[in-house]
Amino acid sequence: MKLYEYMAKEIFKTNGIPVPQGRVFTSAEGVADFVAQVGPVAIKSQVLSGGRGKAGGIKFASDPLEATDKARELLATEIKGLKVDIILVEQKLRIEKELYLAITYDGARRKPLLIASAAGGVEIEQVAEEKIIKRLIDMNVGLQPYAAREITRQLGLTGQIAKEVATIMVKLYQLFRKYDAELIEINPLVVVDSHALAADGKMTVDDDAAFRFGKDVPFVEEKTAVEQRAAELGISYVELDGEIGVMANGAGITMATLDLIHEFGSSPRNFMDAGGGSSKEATAGALEILLSTQPKALLINIFGGITRCDEVAKAIIQVKESIDIKVPMVIRLVGTNEEAGIALLREHGIESYRNIDEAVAKVVAFVKVKGA
Amino acid sequence: MTIMINETTKILVQGMTGKQGQFHTSQMLESGSKIIGGISPGKGGQVVHGVPIYDTVEEAMMAEIAEASVIFVPAKQVKDCAFEAIDGGIKTLVIITEHVPLHDAMEIMAFAERKQVQVVGPNTFGLISPSKAKIGIMPNSIFIPGSVGVVARSGTLSYEIVSQLTKAGIGQSTVVGLGGDRVVGLSFIDVLAQFEADPETNAVVLVGEIGGNAEEEASLFIKTMSKPVIAFLAGKSAPPGKRMGHAGAIIERGKGTYDSKVVALKAAGAYVASLPWEVSDLVKKALAEKKEA
Repeated sequence: MKLYEYMAKEIFKTNGIPVPQGRVFTSAEGVADFVAQVGPVAIKSQVLSGGRGKAGGIKFASDPLEATDKARELLATEIKGLKVDIILVEQKLRIEKELYLAITYDGARRKPLLIASAAGGVEIEQVAEEKIIKRLIDMNVGLQPYAAREITRQLGLTGQIAKEVATIMVKLYQLFRKYDAELIEINPLVVVDSHALAADGKMTVDDDAAFRFGKDVPFVEEKTAVEQRAAELGISYVELDGEIGVMANGAGITMATLDLIHEFGSSPRNFMDAGGGSSKEATAGALEILLSTQPKALLINIFGGITRCDEVAKAIIQVKESIDIKVPMVIRLVGTNEEAGIALLREHGIESYRNIDEAVAKVVAFVKVKGA
Repeated sequence: MTIMINETTKILVQGMTGKQGQFHTSQMLESGSKIIGGISPGKGGQVVHGVPIYDTVEEAMMAEIAEASVIFVPAKQVKDCAFEAIDGGIKTLVIITEHVPLHDAMEIMAFAERKQVQVVGPNTFGLISPSKAKIGIMPNSIFIPGSVGVVARSGTLSYEIVSQLTKAGIGQSTVVGLGGDRVVGLSFIDVLAQFEADPETNAVVLVGEIGGNAEEEASLFIKTMSKPVIAFLAGKSAPPGKRMGHAGAIIERGKGTYDSKVVALKAAGAYVASLPWEVSDLVKKALAEKKEA
């Protein structure tokens, strides 16, 4: 789950990482008063998509009137298709230096990873590899001050600034651990009046650790309504823009099924990994989701293994009888009692196969005939 | 011979009295696994499927030393159970549970590294040496013993590939699921190295997917292997930026694409099947070419 910038900064602030003076608004009311206190400001739309600045999501104002106008303007716009509901108004900074600092994880090395660069302010992907410092962190030791001092040395920092940046690094790692973060990024970490502070803040926390989040971790909804419904059913679902609705069990086999649909000349409407369950309720819920996106045909690919195919078949038949399915449906079924399952489905007029190639060829043929 | 497990491997099951634990214990026993104890706090003294239950790993290890343990407990409890197994002296730890928090997985791997324990998973179907032993949840019926090693990131997709092999009469020495999570214990290279050293494995099938750079890193090792490697990868048609179920299966910033993996694997001398049912033919072809050479 991605947190908004203002949420990340609130967490930074309460944990001793300095941030610019700022306030959150949901309307232009009160903006003028705030600007009268702090002087020129940056007005930043709070959206979760990257590249916000380039998309016009950040505006500057030098007096209360201008700030009110621009706040109103931003709150009425969409940034990359996302409506702006919240703005963060911050004191404008006289930036002397921009750095990049992040803590994330290296999956291949199985360890937390600190990334730092003296070339901050732009996306880290655009920074030349030799200007990026990467340091794996041993979880048994954590990020200790000595390591932070070495990184600031490599960044070319000296004196008070080096000390402050090293302190921020150590605190950032503590936050990474405390909040079960997948990523905490400060870009840019700026030097203003010879002090370091976090001019931006990104934080992604691990959904799998939600059971131990404290009250200070806000909830941010990122999913579409359909994806939300799928999540409630324990289904992993991603909407795509093709023709054939797909349901399979297992992420890898679902991906491979989508590949095969392409290979046979059609395209998938979605990715749906329905997991291991074969209950009527779960199957019905999954099919309802598929049908809600109006595919031209349905393909269900179940490699049951231990799952009993006759039970899966019964669930599908029951669902078919209770929901009006107007599009052709093809099923591939493998596992315990597969013959019985396939026979049962055929009796009820549902095309079913043991081999994946036959099933995909059939469902693509349905779509092509219809399209012709 | 096989890698990692065989009919003499002594195994503990952590979370054996739960629904999943009980069912899969019976399936593992049926496949030949030597399960010597189950761990369920508060249920010590009971017997399930003829296997004694202990309250703790230490208690079980006092009765008889086990080499491997498999974890079936809910995600919240996995870290504690994994630490218990590693601390207790287990050498091979298999974590079936999915949705283990990222930080817990990293802590488990850090402790395992210190104690030199090999961890399979989390979010894995486990591993099997057909007709000898199984530590995991895959259907016994699709495997037959033989001399092709299989290493995979994904569960049901490997069932698909293994079924194709079995149908073609190609048996397997050991089949290992690395797990679909962002942080897992064993890498492709760890398993490939064991297959390379195993005298009874003649070829290796690698089942990968888009995202990350595990297949690219594996390619560096494949280059040095004497045994042929046949690869199949899922996610050829996946659009960038969409996470396809597995935490790792996402193309971000143009990295971890299908094409980059195929190029790396082919450059390393691996055979790459573009359709799942081509794998068995490629295995036969690879073995024939190896014989000629």
